[in-house]
Amino acid sequence: MSLAETVRRPTVSFAQRFERLAPLALLVVAVAIYAAIALGSGQPQYMSFDGVVGVANRSIALGITAVGQTFVILLGSIDISVANLISAAAVLASVIMNGNPAMIVPAIAAVLVLGFVVGLANGLVIARLEVNPLIATLGMSLIVQGALSAFISNFAGAVPDAFQYFAYGTVGPLPFSLLFYAVLVLLAWVVLRFTKFGSDIYSVGGNVDAARLAGIHTNRIIIRAHIVCSMLAAVAGLYLASRLKSGAPWIGKDGVYDLESIAVTVIGGTILAGGRGGIWGTVAGVLIFSLIDAIFNLTGTDAFLKQVLRGVIIVAAVAFYAVRSKRIVA
Amino acid sequence: MSNEAVAKVEASSRRRRLPSINPIYLVLVLLIAAIAIKNPAFLEPLQFMNFLKRAAPLAILSAGQVFVLVAGGFDLSVGALITLTVIGASMLQSNDPNATWWVICLLFVLGALVGLINGLVVVLLRVPSLIATLGMMITLTGVALLWSGGAPKGYLTDSFRFFGRFNISGIPGIGILPVALIVLVVVVAFLWWLMHSTNYGRLLLAVGDNPRASQLAGVPIGRVRVLAFVVSALSGTVAGILLGGFSGVSPDAGNGYELQAITAAVLGGAQLLGGRGSVPATVAGAVTLTAIFTLLNFLGLPNPVRSAVQGLILIGAVALAMYRRKHAGR
Repeated sequence: MSLAETVRRPTVSFAQRFERLAPLALLVVAVAIYAAIALGSGQPQYMSFDGVVGVANRSIALGITAVGQTFVILLGSIDISVANLISAAAVLASVIMNGNPAMIVPAIAAVLVLGFVVGLANGLVIARLEVNPLIATLGMSLIVQGALSAFISNFAGAVPDAFQYFAYGTVGPLPFSLLFYAVLVLLAWVVLRFTKFGSDIYSVGGNVDAARLAGIHTNRIIIRAHIVCSMLAAVAGLYLASRLKSGAPWIGKDGVYDLESIAVTVIGGTILAGGRGGIWGTVAGVLIFSLIDAIFNLTGTDAFLKQVLRGVIIVAAVAFYAVRSKRIVA
Repeated sequence: MSNEAVAKVEASSRRRRLPSINPIYLVLVLLIAAIAIKNPAFLEPLQFMNFLKRAAPLAILSAGQVFVLVAGGFDLSVGALITLTVIGASMLQSNDPNATWWVICLLFVLGALVGLINGLVVVLLRVPSLIATLGMMITLTGVALLWSGGAPKGYLTDSFRFFGRFNISGIPGIGILPVALIVLVVVVAFLWWLMHSTNYGRLLLAVGDNPRASQLAGVPIGRVRVLAFVVSALSGTVAGILLGGFSGVSPDAGNGYELQAITAAVLGGAQLLGGRGSVPATVAGAVTLTAIFTLLNFLGLPNPVRSAVQGLILIGAVALAMYRRKHAGR
């Protein structure tokens, strides 16, 4: 083998291959359990096309949020303001629309601007003021929640029928929302894999000082990634407004989108320290969560027991590949 | 370095020693002055003692949390542990006043067990503490709901509520002395001693500052960090017992306390990701946070404003700390 060839194709160690395939292995296990229970309990309809689409369609809001979360976690940052931002976006959308189809476009624009502003603020505080991202976004989360519940305390406004297409519309046999999610994931993959912005995110996440010395405008990358994350959370808010037909100030917190979007990203093999992971792992993580929900439904698990198991599964799934690492984690 | 330069450095470090008092104490005094101006009765012994009594659970919880923060981790499970403690107390005691002592013993065992599991999951399974304690939080909330069947039955007997509610009256000079305040002083004195006067405390700071270096220097970093999680969880148990006494049984008794505890520690100058933190300053941070809420109350501001203000303070405190650290070269 020539030297050039070795350089072009660096050997992939077993550890690296394992880290890359671990989310897939977890997904296969989850699918196998789901299939075994669906068939074993005599409910084969859950294995039909509609049943499977139903499972995939279960966590669109979580999925959209997790795409954004993946961007910031890859960067070595984190965003726990997404849940309250989702609530704020949903309420804002449904209040502006207020049942009037003519207001759909202004409402969407307003929600995207909201996401942009929150993301920009998060990014500026983290990049310029050097505030720990957990604290910065926690603070932002409290501010958004306070501002929101100062004005609204219940379901507010209404979404016109036309806008419910986002959550309930179908394109051929597939739900529109699922297609939207698929396109979003593809786009995120293209951005992370093929654009300069994407590779800069990995560089900054791997070693922010090295990235800066290599001439990357690290602050700009951090701010942009946070804008992406917050705008996607705002889109998830739009989706929830469409699905619930109205927005309420607690829907984001109730869905635990902040912590769950972090959990699925980490289960998908993106490490919290940043620099390693990717969008497909996150998609696997979201599907695993949907499957766990579906399995609980199939078996009719008690709602509280469900929560206990959920906590254990999150930790176990992360431990599944973290246990082999030699890193000292905090 | 020449002698002259050494002298210069020494002189400048001497000059810096004067203003190096932690600013949180100053902020606390200013806040209490502000409240007293708004409401002069606040400084009367009765009102002031009640204020300290209200601050006690958070202060104890924060003093425990700072152990985990100093070690470089987070403990998000303490809020759920408080809920479980309160609900567990009412379930175990089943309204029998004679059961108080063994119930309290059992609650401490439960707390120690939770801390031990948190620590072992982080140290042995190498799950990041953010995820490990998040999983524990979800699990414990589920266990609390499962145990009580969703709606907690029963109440806490007076003998159990003694610690959180009872005031010793007729003390000369101050009038009343809440039992919670005695608990606070004892626990904080112990934790102060543990972090700042023992070998364990020094090892903890070393591990948080540079885990790899401490490991190479022979520090049993696993044991040190597991113990930090146990301390945090036990402080959660104490806070739960006080809160149960103060406000009774409720399924959301501990909601949000984990984030308030982290906020308090950060206000007290604790550095996230480890290596810096102080028990007394953290307690001052917790009292400050309670004072801020009290002030907002006196100003007649609605509850949502509270969370927005908490968010702003959190970001401001950390941004200021980063600015100071950068410009003081420390």
